[in-house]
Amino acid sequence: MSSAALTRNTAEQEWVLPSRGRVGMFSLIAAESAIFTIFVVAYIFYLGKSLSGPTPKDVLELPVFTTICLLSSSLTIHLAVRALRNAKVGAFGLWWFVTLALGTIFLVGTGREWRHLIYDKGLTVSTNLFGTTYYSLVGLHGFHVTVGLLLIGLAMIFTLLGKVKPEHGERAEIFSLYWHFVDVVWVIVFTVVYVIGR
Amino acid sequence: MSSETIALSTVGQDARPIGERLHEWVVTVDHKKLGILYIVYGIVFLVIGGIEALIMRIQLVVPQNHFVSPQVFNRMFTMHGTTMIFFVVMPLLFGFGTYLIPLMIGARDMAFPRLNAFSFWMTAFGGVLLYFSFIGGYGLFGAGNAPDMGWFAYAPLTARAFSPGHSTDFWTLALLISGVGSIGTAVNFIATILSMRCPGMTLGKMPLLAWLNLIMGCMVLLAISPLTAAQIMLSIDRYLGGHFFDTQAGGSAALWMHFFWIFGHPEVYILVVPAFAFASEIIPVFSRKPIFGYPVMVAATICIGFVSFSVWAHHMFTIGMSAYGNTFFTVTSMIIAVPTGIKIFNWLGTMWGGKIQFKAPMMFCIGFLFQFLIAGLTGIMLATSPFDWQLGNSYFVVAHFHYVIVGAIVFTVFGAFYYWFPKMSGRMYNETLARWHFWLFFIGFHLTFDFMHIPGILGMPRRIYTYEPGRGWEIWNLIVTIGVFFQTAGVLVFVGNLLWSLWKGEPAGNDPWDAWTLEWSTSSPPPDYDFAATPVVKSRRPLWDLKHPEDPDWKYE
Repeated sequence: MSSAALTRNTAEQEWVLPSRGRVGMFSLIAAESAIFTIFVVAYIFYLGKSLSGPTPKDVLELPVFTTICLLSSSLTIHLAVRALRNAKVGAFGLWWFVTLALGTIFLVGTGREWRHLIYDKGLTVSTNLFGTTYYSLVGLHGFHVTVGLLLIGLAMIFTLLGKVKPEHGERAEIFSLYWHFVDVVWVIVFTVVYVIGR
Repeated sequence: MSSETIALSTVGQDARPIGERLHEWVVTVDHKKLGILYIVYGIVFLVIGGIEALIMRIQLVVPQNHFVSPQVFNRMFTMHGTTMIFFVVMPLLFGFGTYLIPLMIGARDMAFPRLNAFSFWMTAFGGVLLYFSFIGGYGLFGAGNAPDMGWFAYAPLTARAFSPGHSTDFWTLALLISGVGSIGTAVNFIATILSMRCPGMTLGKMPLLAWLNLIMGCMVLLAISPLTAAQIMLSIDRYLGGHFFDTQAGGSAALWMHFFWIFGHPEVYILVVPAFAFASEIIPVFSRKPIFGYPVMVAATICIGFVSFSVWAHHMFTIGMSAYGNTFFTVTSMIIAVPTGIKIFNWLGTMWGGKIQFKAPMMFCIGFLFQFLIAGLTGIMLATSPFDWQLGNSYFVVAHFHYVIVGAIVFTVFGAFYYWFPKMSGRMYNETLARWHFWLFFIGFHLTFDFMHIPGILGMPRRIYTYEPGRGWEIWNLIVTIGVFFQTAGVLVFVGNLLWSLWKGEPAGNDPWDAWTLEWSTSSPPPDYDFAATPVVKSRRPLWDLKHPEDPDWKYE
């Protein structure tokens, strides 16, 4: 094998490269950011351009409680990952479950908000431009929360089955990057939709 | 690492029944097999997209021709554009990248082999879905079959009122799905190049192909995603009654244009940067000199990557933007010519004083150099917004971008094909047939696309299915169509050469070109594990160091 001849320098030097999981996740986050940027641009571009009501001012209320839940889930997932890194699988399971619960509360809150908007306020995707852009942007974020919750739920099942070990710490940490990203996106969506847009 | 046990496992392969071997190709996660799948897939669609171009050119060969109906003509140019960009050039470039990157950086596979397979099958599924529209688009409505709104699908042509049936939905879903595949591949390229390099291969010692594919991967992440977002919006409009691009409800048709071209223009550079990568590997080897200006080459490509995201609206000068908008996009479009020009000088500098060998890969790359220069010059002409107002949407534009995509990208892809064919198949191609391919394709290309500029200047708009006699367009259209037959003949020679060489070609050996990058250090075709032992490199040309221990590169770098 001629390639073996290339290894003339057999003295193992320190050769450290970035973790492929982290690089991959950051790449994915970059792509997702571009997708969200386009939706946010569309939302801002169409602010106040609806030809008919209802307008954001009429129907939107600040979702303060669910926002607090989602943002604090970033802290709990961080605590979970730290616990796993320190080989405390029990604490990991606890914080992981709290994360799952907080995320679920957020999703249920969004569902209730949408139900209120659809049945009480008569706002759907096809009502006006506000409806189209609002449900698309918040829905895209909600979709990402859902995907995250499914993955958290899967890891929760593994934890309950006792399959999660301290060596999975890096994987949990890489996943937590995604979850932090979803939270950051919510900060932007919240600001654009509920603060500036109203 | 015991080489005997590895050798045993490869000997048994050929004895297995054909069904089992095909099954292995379907379930494979090996980067070499997936790379070849991408390339074969791209060639199949190249033939399909070429037939569509041929149909259009036969229709336009004489005035008031009735070879196909206007409806069919519209479908042909839509399918031709979509196919060639998304299902020919992208898979071909991804295929070469998937095949070569791990071999060139001394890795055994990509960072995420299963994601690699997933990305390929998503792309493959997207292409099948697009062509299923010929059957499924007709569907229950009996309205239309293949999409016919042009490859950039401007609103409101995509609205339900103007595109009944499912043809537009097949187009949207095909691009959405293949876009997911492209993003997956880009993630994989970046993670592989940053995290899987063999010991000693610092970023400054990577082959340029790896560098340029890294930059291309970053561009894919930021450029394909807006297209994905826009396709989601279009689906919301068509299926949920949304109003993103519905002007009757206050929506904006121009917003689609912005979203499409913020993808569409970086896409051109996504396609051409890997083509630059091929040229940057082939030209030094056949000039017998190391690449001239390696750091400048990398810097210029990064610069192109950044600037390419600020030029998109030069596709939209004719829609009536503000004077500031026109000025900004004129200036940025001209600025991007600077790093591109630097690269051309680097390749010329590499050839200068070299001992040039005119083998088929080198001939295609030299063709690329001069054609890309002309494509860039007509690009600067069109970047000037007043000029664009005159010639926007004419055959001049069509000639310009085919000069880029065929004259630059397809030429280097053919060059790359001949260059790496011995590595992939283990056999040499037939050099005589390859020269026939080059000259037929070269003559055909120039007959078609040189002369296509002229009817554009004379005012012939693109996408018309026929034209009246007496406008002075007849002779030019005739020449253009004759050129297409030369190109077709060239591609047939190429495919013939490919198949013949696969069975009957001379055994190639590990390193038929006396080249310098790591892929030539392993056998042809490479074993499943690529390298028996992980290589360690000390310079940009590890095989040069190996072959010339008395005068290695690392002493000077």
